[in-house]
Amino acid sequence: MPAIELLRFLSAGSVDDGKSTLIGRLLHDTGSIYQDQFASLQKASPMNGNGGIDFSLVTDGLRAEREQGITIDVAYRYFATARRKFIIADSPGHEQYTRNMATAASTANLAVLLMDARKGLLPQTCRHAAIAWLLGIRSFIVAINKMDLVEFREEVFRDIAGQFTGFVSKLGSPRLHFVPTCSLSGDNVVTRSARTPWFDGPTLLEHLETAPIVGNGVPRGLRFPVQSVLRSATSSPLSSRRYAGQIASGIMRPGDLVTALPSGRTTRITSIRVGDQEMESATPPLSVSVALETELDIGRGDMLASPDSLPQVTRRLPAILLWMSELPMKPGSPYLIKHTTRFVCGSIARLIAVIDPTTLERRPAKTLGMNEFGHVEIETHQPLYSDPYGENRVTGAFIVVDPISNETQAAGMIEPESGRQNGSVIGEETGRSQGLTVWFTGLSSAGKSSIGQAVYEKLWARGHKVEWLDGDIVRQHLSKGLGYDKKDRDENIRRIGFVAELLTRNGVIVIVSAISPYRAVREEVRKRTGNFLEVYVSAPLAVCEQRDLKGIYRRARAGEIHGVTGVDDPYEPPLAPEVECHTDSETLAESTARVLRRVEEWLLARTAQSS
Amino acid sequence: MGVASLTDPKDLDVAYLRALEAESIHILREVAADFARPALLYSIGKDSSVLLWLARKAFAPGDCPFPLLHIDTTYKFQEMVEFRDRTCRELGLRLLVHTNRNAIENGTNPFKLGTAKCCGLLKTKALLDSLAEHHIDAAIGGARREEERSRAKERIYSVRDGFGQWNPRNQRPELWNLFNGRIEGGETMRIFPLSNWTELDVWRYIELENIPVVPLYFAKEREVLVRGEMLLPIEHGLPLRDGERTQRVLCRMRTLGCTYCTGAIRSSADTVPKIIEELRRAIRSERENRIIDHDQDGSMELKKREGYF
Ligand SMILES: Nc1nc2c(ncn2[C@@H]2O[C@H](COP(=O)(O)OP(=O)(O)O)[C@@H](O)[C@H]2O)c(=O)[nH]1
Repeated sequence: MPAIELLRFLSAGSVDDGKSTLIGRLLHDTGSIYQDQFASLQKASPMNGNGGIDFSLVTDGLRAEREQGITIDVAYRYFATARRKFIIADSPGHEQYTRNMATAASTANLAVLLMDARKGLLPQTCRHAAIAWLLGIRSFIVAINKMDLVEFREEVFRDIAGQFTGFVSKLGSPRLHFVPTCSLSGDNVVTRSARTPWFDGPTLLEHLETAPIVGNGVPRGLRFPVQSVLRSATSSPLSSRRYAGQIASGIMRPGDLVTALPSGRTTRITSIRVGDQEMESATPPLSVSVALETELDIGRGDMLASPDSLPQVTRRLPAILLWMSELPMKPGSPYLIKHTTRFVCGSIARLIAVIDPTTLERRPAKTLGMNEFGHVEIETHQPLYSDPYGENRVTGAFIVVDPISNETQAAGMIEPESGRQNGSVIGEETGRSQGLTVWFTGLSSAGKSSIGQAVYEKLWARGHKVEWLDGDIVRQHLSKGLGYDKKDRDENIRRIGFVAELLTRNGVIVIVSAISPYRAVREEVRKRTGNFLEVYVSAPLAVCEQRDLKGIYRRARAGEIHGVTGVDDPYEPPLAPEVECHTDSETLAESTARVLRRVEEWLLARTAQSS
Repeated sequence: MGVASLTDPKDLDVAYLRALEAESIHILREVAADFARPALLYSIGKDSSVLLWLARKAFAPGDCPFPLLHIDTTYKFQEMVEFRDRTCRELGLRLLVHTNRNAIENGTNPFKLGTAKCCGLLKTKALLDSLAEHHIDAAIGGARREEERSRAKERIYSVRDGFGQWNPRNQRPELWNLFNGRIEGGETMRIFPLSNWTELDVWRYIELENIPVVPLYFAKEREVLVRGEMLLPIEHGLPLRDGERTQRVLCRMRTLGCTYCTGAIRSSADTVPKIIEELRRAIRSERENRIIDHDQDGSMELKKREGYF
């Protein structure tokens, strides 16, 4: 029989989706509510019409909450089955409690997200998934609840599941499972429901019992932050010195070489103990004490690590910060930073962008307010020995404390140094990998620049490296002096193509908006660039003439200028463009969304190839 | 009956107990580093026994760096006091005992004042006074989140203001295992290394590590007063009501508090494995027999806001 394991999971949902009821159910159906608690619940349950007991009272603990009827803080619940022991971190759903949810997520291996089948996918749920993702959770079970109120219809379930899968693919590729539930009567929570004959997947509890317990991301080498130095009360102080700590990652055995940081000196482990008991090896999460072959000057806050896989040692680090205080963040001000087992002085040197946790879009900002996520750069007085949070949830995490009020003001997740994208929790698809050229072609005033600019802004907001080459602007420098005959037009396109190719090779997404009337030269650029999406922005000439944003059609008709594409110069539409936008019949937002979807598909396919 | 009770109690699987142990040891080591004068609140019960065991393990081969602090209401069972003194003597531990003498001399007792007021004076007040008297900045307790609904939200590091009060609406966020132990003058910290343990975990760990506990936990025939559903042990001059008389019943204590507040349960479990077996089949929660939780709705939360441990 395998040893009983411990699974810590987070539960999140919007107010009234039925989360408290679901957890109450889970506890009740696994026999984890004792009878007298059950009786006092029955007593406390308001007359709720259907005569049953209100399971949500099991988890709604504090008086203030009971009065308001909502969960405001993280509550921890415990239950066990024959296969596993579980710790639930039950967290509030509302936006103003983002920080509580992050707290719950910080120690969880998995998230159970709840949705109301009638409401479908709400921005709230996207936010919950994104917060869990930012805090390192890579395994999700989605309970689509209140199925009784949609007559247990399969298509409702499939629809919501499809929408959510679409959203999650923006984050990355977590393990994802869906369960149709009615927590009020327990359908598919612990026992399989007869009312969902079309559903043959596991119940919520079965998922919880079998989900892999993934802890610290990709295990790299040994990380052992030293908590304290232990000395025997009796024997000589030097020879009996032991270093106490909890193993963050890797494995340790007597005889292994370890490097002490910050000294950088390497020695051998001679003994590992839990209490008085000698161990042949030890792995996370054990709290041990170790003795070393050579006496080194090691103290609290130092670290022992594998010599062949050392953590980064830096004073300046990119990080994702969740601000949790009512006082806004002050870039440049002194803060205390607690990382592994020590406090260091430091500051938030730079706020690069605020990240919207509902869409993961980024925008520039001057400060962070309560419950906002930001991409920042922190600076510390002493170097930190760290790993990206995506690789190690212990050495990649820190908290920010106000030195005056002692308040815990922020939680931080260390990002990889730019150029080393492994383990990044955001913008995983940028970095050193190849870029892409998105080429908008079409008549003047067809809408190339408008769509191009909108796509550019969205991609930038999502953290991509992106550039925009617009035909009108290029003609003022790169192609200055070129005319509008076929030869000069082709030369113009070749020059734009050349720049686009260089940028694409360096991981940039390049947006090109240019009339580019000739098919042959567009194909030439496509071949040279390799990663090329052609967007045909099409609108009937009459519509373009009516818009006539730059007045060229009017001037052409008046005979003031010649060689205007569509009027007295040819336009050769693409034969097989990747995307076609009909701007006479669809809105700018629709066209933009269509292009973005295609770009995302391309990025996903590329990520899949490279992993 | 719970799913948990379907497993064979004989196979003691230890992976999750080792994870809980490691977490608690990590917390205890942080406390030793974070505070100038921490103390371990020692209530003599099974949770205190486990806490003390973990503290000794955390700092081996060194000594346990915390003195034990016992708030003695004088209404404790004689067997508990004996166990306390023996433990401290054998392990060479420093013991601080504090009693609210003033209150007792002025006649505070549970029979006269009722349990709520008695607890306030003999436990809460005595605790706050003793922390001040010994300049203790961090008090380590054995409370578990599973015990009571309001405890489910308690932090592992929980700040108390200058009056020893807890503000459940304004707790510090506590992420990962990064504790913020910084406090101002006047504030103190309560620390709960056993936060994530359940009653069953505690007993399984006691079995695994062979930890000594007060004999009151084991069943034997005891002289008790049967009052309604409750079995009240006869000690400290419990006043009998008209027509009541004591009788000998095979019973044991499930939790240990003051004699009057702790009811016994009918049980024949006289060894740790039998207690575990009994617990697995238990359908009544641990605190049911403690009168204080029932005196007011949400009563534990009220006590905690006032500073009760
Ligand atoms: N019809 C139906 N009602 C439900 C279901 N689950 C919960 N509810 C009801 O929805 C309301 C909110 O539930 P609660 O568990 O307090 O939601 P929370 O705010 O997410 O914790 C309560 O009135 C529940 O009885 C369900 O599956 N079906």
